[in-house]
Amino acid sequence: MQKKIRSLAVIGLGIAVIAFSCQPNVSIQTAQYAVNGQKLYQTHCQNCHGAKGEGLGALYPPLTDTVYQRENRHRLACIVKFGLNEPVSIHGETYDGPMPGVPQLSPIEIAYILTYITTRFGNSNDNFTQEEVKKGLASCK
Amino acid sequence: MAGYRTPYLPVCIVALLLSACTGRNNKKLPIIGEREAVERVVDGKTVVDTLYHQIPAFTFLNQDSTIITDKDFENKVYVANFFFTHCPSICPTMQRNLLKVYEKYKGNDKLAFLSHSIDFKYDSPSVLKSYATKLGVDNAQWQFVTGSKKDIYGISEKYLVYTKEDASAPGGYDHQGYLVLIDQQKRIRGAYDGTNEEQVAQLFTDLEILLQERP
Repeated sequence: MQKKIRSLAVIGLGIAVIAFSCQPNVSIQTAQYAVNGQKLYQTHCQNCHGAKGEGLGALYPPLTDTVYQRENRHRLACIVKFGLNEPVSIHGETYDGPMPGVPQLSPIEIAYILTYITTRFGNSNDNFTQEEVKKGLASCK
Repeated sequence: MAGYRTPYLPVCIVALLLSACTGRNNKKLPIIGEREAVERVVDGKTVVDTLYHQIPAFTFLNQDSTIITDKDFENKVYVANFFFTHCPSICPTMQRNLLKVYEKYKGNDKLAFLSHSIDFKYDSPSVLKSYATKLGVDNAQWQFVTGSKKDIYGISEKYLVYTKEDASAPGGYDHQGYLVLIDQQKRIRGAYDGTNEEQVAQLFTDLEILLQERP
């Protein structure tokens, strides 16, 4: 009986993992962060960057440059919260329009958004933690 | 009873097919806005004409710093909207969707696009030019225009689109994201929320109907 319950629990967990995540390699927590992040993304980011992170022409950059995301991971929280006022090179194209920040976002909300962007549009498997975002925000220029 | 029923089915199907064919050709878009009936005497008889709401004459400055008037849209169907270049709210989505329409009909001289900037302070022709180029607009089919506050906000009323300078709105201006469909007689034939996928899909459908209509 005990064994049966345990194996059922394992199967149930397996189904939950598959159901919560589109990508096979992300943890439940990452998948949950991404779900929360999607709503915030739709509210604060999607107008310019698009539902698939595709950007818009040369006006707004796509959010699909995995190299940029990896190399600038520590700066992403600052960009979301305070915007960007310098040219940025994405997929080899330069985008020079200023980006407004969303200063009212809390660290956990920023962690949700960045998890959504980097796992859904990028190829990251790890969620941003609140601590990581706080650390990033402490070093904003 | 059963004997009566059988011949009806093929008849119904044929009737349905016929109506489906003719119905497609007969579909017409509504004419939107206030209208008035005007009586007129022709050959001693009184006839009633309907005067429809029309977009009045206008003169604006475009992204190339040249004058654009209603004459440039003569005998054309066009889609008009109101936006501003650094609008953080609905404009990017609205322009992204209008860009899809532009790309589909690029090079078709029966259809034009007219985006009015409601930020008369910042959106000079050079700012509009840079915006248009970055959006991916590289011909005169899509005009981006600026004008005095009175002219731009005045004409927005004629398109039945709400625009207002409002310091509390994101970016400083409040406005509706309608894509307004205008026919060859400058009458409004449809208005579609440029941020709503379903309504934008309807615009694609209605545009085809309007382009096939004989003026």
